[in-house]
Amino acid sequence: MAIAQHLGYDDLPALMTRLTGDEKHDWSSLSTLDVLWVLYDRVLTADDRFLLSKGHGPAAYYAVLAAKGFIPVEGLDGFGTFDSPLGYHPDRVIAPGVEISSGSLGHGLGIAVGRALAGRRTFCLVGNGELDEGSNWEAVQWAGRIGLGALTAVVVDNHSSTYHWPGGVEQRFILEGWDGVRVDGRDHEALEAAFRHEVAEQPRCIVADVRRPS
Amino acid sequence: MTMRQRFYGLAAEALDEHPHVAMVFAEIGVGEMPKHPRMFNVGIREQLMIGVAAGLALEGYRPVVHSYTPFVVERPYEQIKLDLGHQDVGAVLVSTGASYDSAYSGRTHQAPEDVAVISALPGWTVHVPGHPDELETLFTRALANDDRVYIRMSDESNHAPVRGDGLVVLREGSDAAPLVVAVGPTLGPTLAATAELDATVAYLATVRPFDAEGLRAAFRGTDVVLVEPYLVGTSSAEVSRALSDRPHRLLALGVPNAEFRHYGEAAEHRAAHGLDAAGIRASLDRFESGADPRRRL
Repeated sequence: MAIAQHLGYDDLPALMTRLTGDEKHDWSSLSTLDVLWVLYDRVLTADDRFLLSKGHGPAAYYAVLAAKGFIPVEGLDGFGTFDSPLGYHPDRVIAPGVEISSGSLGHGLGIAVGRALAGRRTFCLVGNGELDEGSNWEAVQWAGRIGLGALTAVVVDNHSSTYHWPGGVEQRFILEGWDGVRVDGRDHEALEAAFRHEVAEQPRCIVADVRRPS
Repeated sequence: MTMRQRFYGLAAEALDEHPHVAMVFAEIGVGEMPKHPRMFNVGIREQLMIGVAAGLALEGYRPVVHSYTPFVVERPYEQIKLDLGHQDVGAVLVSTGASYDSAYSGRTHQAPEDVAVISALPGWTVHVPGHPDELETLFTRALANDDRVYIRMSDESNHAPVRGDGLVVLREGSDAAPLVVAVGPTLGPTLAATAELDATVAYLATVRPFDAEGLRAAFRGTDVVLVEPYLVGTSSAEVSRALSDRPHRLLALGVPNAEFRHYGEAAEHRAAHGLDAAGIRASLDRFESGADPRRRL
């Protein structure tokens, strides 16, 4: 199968339409799209790891992987069907380019800590609602205390969690010893600058704020 | 020396000898281990313990995870299912505090269902060593692979190790004699219980995958007695599957599936569960006389 190598950000809506058959959707409203694009287009190298912890709504993820040549574009068409490697929650064993299987919330950060401990620069995307799960905080606490500099958590905050995070979720990471910053989750330059800002011996939390347009 | 003491020595040696081996502990046992760059203590965080092991495995390491049985098997059960199994990576989980070892601690520190719940997940090898020497053999072998291995250590131990893999026949009875399969540390009381009986006695330290071939080869009569030191019936389905084309009766002995609200000594629990020599003998006698062995309950 032909692998597309040179698709750009403007091609992503068409790729997501292939996944879902939905032509009218305003794809730019997807909370993870810009974060994923900036990571894969500007930040990640072949030596890095990206773990999509939240696993839900993976259309943007698969579209970015297709645009970057990990998944054949025509492979997007069967999304969710019996023989497709692309399901509603990703499976790393069968989906090309996918680095963890996810879907049950609160598993990615712990695995990311293990990969970072092994010396691997690791980015892990979690949702603000996903952070309700206590397992995340086991990882946040320990990574902060041991100063795990190879780890970056990207919190996509669409302000959807029922009980919210008073004062901002990044404050909880900072309290545990992380470097924390909140940026506009649609601003590619701001995201890139945040992703590139490395702090020695300190994990970093980047909250991508994607408040839905009212 | 107990299995647990032997394990800490073996784990320390493994760190020195194998650069791909890493230890992931959650406080329990940390004081027994030397400081080492690949000896990780995540604090009292068992979900993270499994997640970290999975991340290390994904990066090519062979993680060894260790804690008290309920805290390594049950507390992080979804991490075992997803972070290890579903990611398709391996680890060696080594538990201490088997079934009623910690009788005085009560239910919170007991997990006789450990082998049953691990066996419910695909791809796990489950070892139930009956002697520290067996632990050494099984642990050393587990380090050399990259699959998912659960090793259930116990304070109970047989007088001598058994050599050989799979189902090992230790004593041959007549063609009509029952086949009594003792798992791990139940061998001592099982041998004592059957000393005066016409019985074939076999030993099993690896219960998953279950040695169906070995069981079929050893089975000559009609009766099978399974003596397991954990939840009763854990391997009954394996025996039934192995003998599905052979008429047979099966008596399964083990720890009852009940809230057992007693403290005290392990020996008292062993006796209460009918897993000491006298209890096993009594169950065997009832079974062989045709009486319903459940009647005593």
